[in-house]
Amino acid sequence: MGTEVVQLTRRGFGQTSRRDAWWVQPLVAFIILTAFVVYATWAAFQNKYYSFGNYLSPFYSPLLYANSPHAWIQGTRPWWVPGFLPFSPALLILPFPAGFRLTCYYYRGAYYKSFWADPPNCTVGEPRHSYRGERFFPLVIQNIHRYFLYAALVFLVILSHDAYKAFFFFDRNTGRQNFGIALGTVVLFVNVVLLGGYTLGCHSLRHLVGGYLDRLSRAPVRKTTYDCVSCLNRGHMRWAWLSLVWVAFSDVFIRLCAMGIWHDVRLL
Amino acid sequence: MDAGPSVREKKVSSVTEALARNVVESGQRAAARSDTSAGTEKRSATFRVWRGAGPTGELRDYSTSVSEGMVVLDAIHQIQAETAGDLAVRWNCKAGKCGSCSAEINGMPRLMCMTRLSELDLQKPVTVEPMRAFPPVKDLVTDVSSNFRAKKRIRRFTPRPPDAPDGTWRMAQADADRVQEFRKCIECFLCQDVCHVLRDHHLHEQFIGPRLLVHAAQLEMHPLDILDRTDDLKESHGIGYCNITKCCTKVCPENITITDNAIIPLKERVVDKHYDPLGKLVRLVRGRNSADRHQGEVR
Repeated sequence: MGTEVVQLTRRGFGQTSRRDAWWVQPLVAFIILTAFVVYATWAAFQNKYYSFGNYLSPFYSPLLYANSPHAWIQGTRPWWVPGFLPFSPALLILPFPAGFRLTCYYYRGAYYKSFWADPPNCTVGEPRHSYRGERFFPLVIQNIHRYFLYAALVFLVILSHDAYKAFFFFDRNTGRQNFGIALGTVVLFVNVVLLGGYTLGCHSLRHLVGGYLDRLSRAPVRKTTYDCVSCLNRGHMRWAWLSLVWVAFSDVFIRLCAMGIWHDVRLL
Repeated sequence: MDAGPSVREKKVSSVTEALARNVVESGQRAAARSDTSAGTEKRSATFRVWRGAGPTGELRDYSTSVSEGMVVLDAIHQIQAETAGDLAVRWNCKAGKCGSCSAEINGMPRLMCMTRLSELDLQKPVTVEPMRAFPPVKDLVTDVSSNFRAKKRIRRFTPRPPDAPDGTWRMAQADADRVQEFRKCIECFLCQDVCHVLRDHHLHEQFIGPRLLVHAAQLEMHPLDILDRTDDLKESHGIGYCNITKCCTKVCPENITITDNAIIPLKERVVDKHYDPLGKLVRLVRGRNSADRHQGEVR
């Protein structure tokens, strides 16, 4: 009969009785999120190779200011951006999807674990003794998630339009846009499906479409919408990761095609 | 004069003997089967059990024989019977419905009666500790009374006036379904135990914890209830302390989706009232308060 003296008090950082590899999940989240942030920042500052034919990278859509057929306003930069600051059209739009993901209920739980170790994982000791939660500045700002949702819904419409445009290819012989499907079409279409699954399964949306009501049965349209959003919400974690990875891949695909490293394959 | 046993008595006696013989033989057959069958073979396993009164104690190793179908609570009872008669453990139904035998098994909060030994690696000692979020009383028993005190702080069910002259109410099944999930709670307090706000930061007075947020959600979302508890949730119940780790959902033995279906919807209701200026403006224009909003436009 062996004996090990232990104090039943607060555990130190990383201490736990868990036997499983509890550190794998936060580590994987840390690696994927860090890689995404580094790549997205680099891609946003590049200000080139963001479009290829009828494809526009989701990192640059909507393309507000640029000398490009995809641009809403032709020009190199808006007048109100000082000349000494680096500019890229992506910088005007990326704060909105970034804010949406940053304040997302799922991602919050994931990055509190993997970046702040708050806690590192369930029943694993934390590095800090003090804790204020999301009650005070700056984390109380997380409560504006629904405003980023409104922006994300607008982005979803714009990206759907981009995916629609990816079905039409310019024919040099006739000078017309012909329907077709290429690898890039599939990439941008899947991107919209995944982003749609993620955005339309948002917890805030679930609340706004009907979750706030106690007697939902009295509003049948809201009830159906609530049920649909709830259905997507059940897989919110999966949608979140898949859409994150795929949006980066969509940019990589278009970038490499524009650089001539990869070649788009026409399927139809 | 001794008349001897009657025919009826003889018959009864022979039936009883036959039955007894059958029971013994079937027991012997079962024992033989269990000795020969690899799946039911008795083997030894070590349990590293927390022993101590109050906050200090030690993890003590106990070896006991285990067999197929056993759960951790069986092993603890066996240890109690064989070597540690003074081992304190709280239990009741042994069916995962009373929520008494909550403990930490290999570091994860679980019900001892619902944790099969076949799920655990018995090559290594199985650690069994009391719930760390609560003051230890003795061995595996903790004082969970803080949860009951916190429950008293939640304003109780307040229905609207009856719908019918006979004093009864009408509600749609679809509306009742949402709160029905929360009624599955067996108050095992595993979710409270795993919550790092209570477990590591001991903010029991400031934060009511996942179990009681589930209770608050059950009242707040009830189709008959008319109270607005969002101010309480923000201030005295400390919902802002929850940082959505979802650990409570992971450990719930009743599979209640605590974070997604109870806590986050409550957080959103707090946002409605306290952090959404646009929504507030709309409500102001339409002349509706928060409770009206939740009950629907018809009140």
